[in-house]
Amino acid sequence: MREVAVLGVGQTKFGELWDRSFREIGIEAGLQALVDAKLSSADLNGLFLGNMASGSLIDQEHIGPLILDYAGLGRRHLPAVRVEGGGASGALALHQGYLAVASGLYDYVVVGGAEKLTDVPDATATQITSSTADHEWEVVFGATLPALWALVARRHMHLYGTTREQLARVAVHDHQMGSKNPNAHYRNKLTLDQVLGAGPVAEPLGMLDCAPFSDGAAAVVLGPLETARRHTDTPIRIAASQVACDTMALQHRKEFTTLESTVVAAQQAFQHARRAPRDVTVAEIHDAYTISALVALEDLGFVEKGRAGPVFASGQFAGGGALTVNPSGGLKAQGRPFGAVGVAQVVEVVRQLRGEAKDRQIAGATLGLTHDVGGTGATSVVHLLERSN
Amino acid sequence: MQAGIVSYGAYVPRYRITPAEIGRVWGVDGEAMGQGLNVRRKSVPSPDEDTITISTEALRTALIRGAIDPQQIGALYVGSESHPYAVKPTATVVAQAVGATPNLTAADFEFACKAGTAAIQTCLGMVGAEMIRYGVAIGTDTSQGAPGDALEYSASAGGAAFVLGREHVICKVHRTVSYTTDTPDFWRREGQKYPSHGGRFTGEPAYFRHVTECSHRIMEASGTTAKDYRHVVFHQPNGKFPQRVGKQLGFSDTQMAYGLVTPDIGNTYSGAALIGLANVLDHCGPGERILMVGYGSGAGSDAFDLETTDEIARFDRSFGRPVQWYLEHGVELTYAVYAKFRGKIHMGGE
Repeated sequence: MREVAVLGVGQTKFGELWDRSFREIGIEAGLQALVDAKLSSADLNGLFLGNMASGSLIDQEHIGPLILDYAGLGRRHLPAVRVEGGGASGALALHQGYLAVASGLYDYVVVGGAEKLTDVPDATATQITSSTADHEWEVVFGATLPALWALVARRHMHLYGTTREQLARVAVHDHQMGSKNPNAHYRNKLTLDQVLGAGPVAEPLGMLDCAPFSDGAAAVVLGPLETARRHTDTPIRIAASQVACDTMALQHRKEFTTLESTVVAAQQAFQHARRAPRDVTVAEIHDAYTISALVALEDLGFVEKGRAGPVFASGQFAGGGALTVNPSGGLKAQGRPFGAVGVAQVVEVVRQLRGEAKDRQIAGATLGLTHDVGGTGATSVVHLLERSN
Repeated sequence: MQAGIVSYGAYVPRYRITPAEIGRVWGVDGEAMGQGLNVRRKSVPSPDEDTITISTEALRTALIRGAIDPQQIGALYVGSESHPYAVKPTATVVAQAVGATPNLTAADFEFACKAGTAAIQTCLGMVGAEMIRYGVAIGTDTSQGAPGDALEYSASAGGAAFVLGREHVICKVHRTVSYTTDTPDFWRREGQKYPSHGGRFTGEPAYFRHVTECSHRIMEASGTTAKDYRHVVFHQPNGKFPQRVGKQLGFSDTQMAYGLVTPDIGNTYSGAALIGLANVLDHCGPGERILMVGYGSGAGSDAFDLETTDEIARFDRSFGRPVQWYLEHGVELTYAVYAKFRGKIHMGGE
């Protein structure tokens, strides 16, 4: 297996992109990444595209060749593969792209993630996204993703004394971070009172505890690390790419305040990279709901189990400390175009490691982690990225 | 002589329902919903009222106030999205009821919430071209939101009638400008009882874009800025949208004070901007400049640069009720009676 590097990154603005089509945003992100990698389409060996539900959302399946075609590559006869893993589709696509380049079969691939979620009514989007949980055992009984995560929150509060205010702190943090990100869906700052006073979604989660439905696309170009310096002065090495799965339904887990898929993926990633959680300086974690972020910090090994509430509320992840969390604003503020999320997390970490994150640049970012989750944790994907010297 | 407004009248049904009462039935915090929309209560038509009766009430008031002989009306247009009949005009019934038949042209207009302002523009053209002496433009609706839908908290009933002419003009029309695109934010297909809408899509790309662009265009054409107007009236699907767009365009709360009526009567759709204008005219003396910008889904905006004349000082408003009266009065209904009035209860044997 050869080493793999990220050579280029690209991302559209996230938000309600009502005047732009799925193919348009997919191509924009991909072309940005190619230009950034100083590669032409003639160099490409394939495309891996993360997407959760284009068929339900925009009545279009078979989107791999669609994007290639409208990027002007229809007659190049390249392989294009769509990868689906619920909310983790983007990171899962990256994992496939990583395997392809690491194996030596492909040299240069584009890994994209794209989703158009706001062309359907909110209730429809809720229904479609909730199908990433177990339809027969959870969704038909009325459970939606926020409802299931609310159960996790209640249990976490019961077991560990996590408070409503500690949950709300996550949203305040994300919006503070997102305010410096020009691609973010939301750039407004939130106060604790605003989060606590927002209308209920599934108690204890309110409207502002939940990431929005967004449109958006992100892309990265991968290539072999050995030739990466031909394309960039700052190649970013993929130090680990790990996927782990778990039971689909929450009730089949031993304990649902822990996402074992995340625990396993993270442990394997750190083992593979011969690094530890304390080495990570920047992390983009799954914060689809405020509780998701707290659980993730524990499961990734950054905080002792049950302690994420008070530790996060202390502000130590807000920049200036050993670890900065979600400098992009996370899913809550940067936005949540499901299939694009995992790739966008990598785009942000790459920019941080290159020192190109402008106003939101973290000083001394060396090792970065991304964490993408599908459903309530049936799939978790963890990537470790570091600057290659 | 330049064509302008020679008389006007407004009518709002007497019944009201509060967002809290609607929310009580649907398990929603209706009071918070009402605060979010800036709607305190909305009007409800009685079972015997429809856009024909509302139009007739408003037009009778206008004709008496302006001492206008109905036989001198050359055109009568009723703008609405809730005409009682899909085929058979509202306008002919109204014309007959006020004694304007048979020597006139009449038609129903539909352009979601701006059919009334479109009717004004048509009348201005005909009056200005001296094809007719008086033209009547009415904007009215008894629209409904589906039970439990967000629209149910604001969709109400009411209307206003404007008589356009060349003599004894109480309010000049300096200019009118429109801005129209194909934007599918809100619709109701043939046979559907309740309209559908695009949720948040009805905001930025629809209402805000059209109202803002149209406002900019008319002020640019007239060489004016926000501070040149004493009053401003926007289409008001709720109480929040017009406040926000007004602020963005540089208008103060004082300029918007009389033009904003939705918080007290709800969204009267085709009647909304026109009832707002009627309330402004109720409070105007001579020489007061007014900007009115309507909006209709689908989508378009009509803007009017208006100015009251010395004639308004002699205008007899004593007949009929001022808009303010409708804002302050009303009989509150329970949701049960409201549901009966609005035909939401399925009767056996139907």
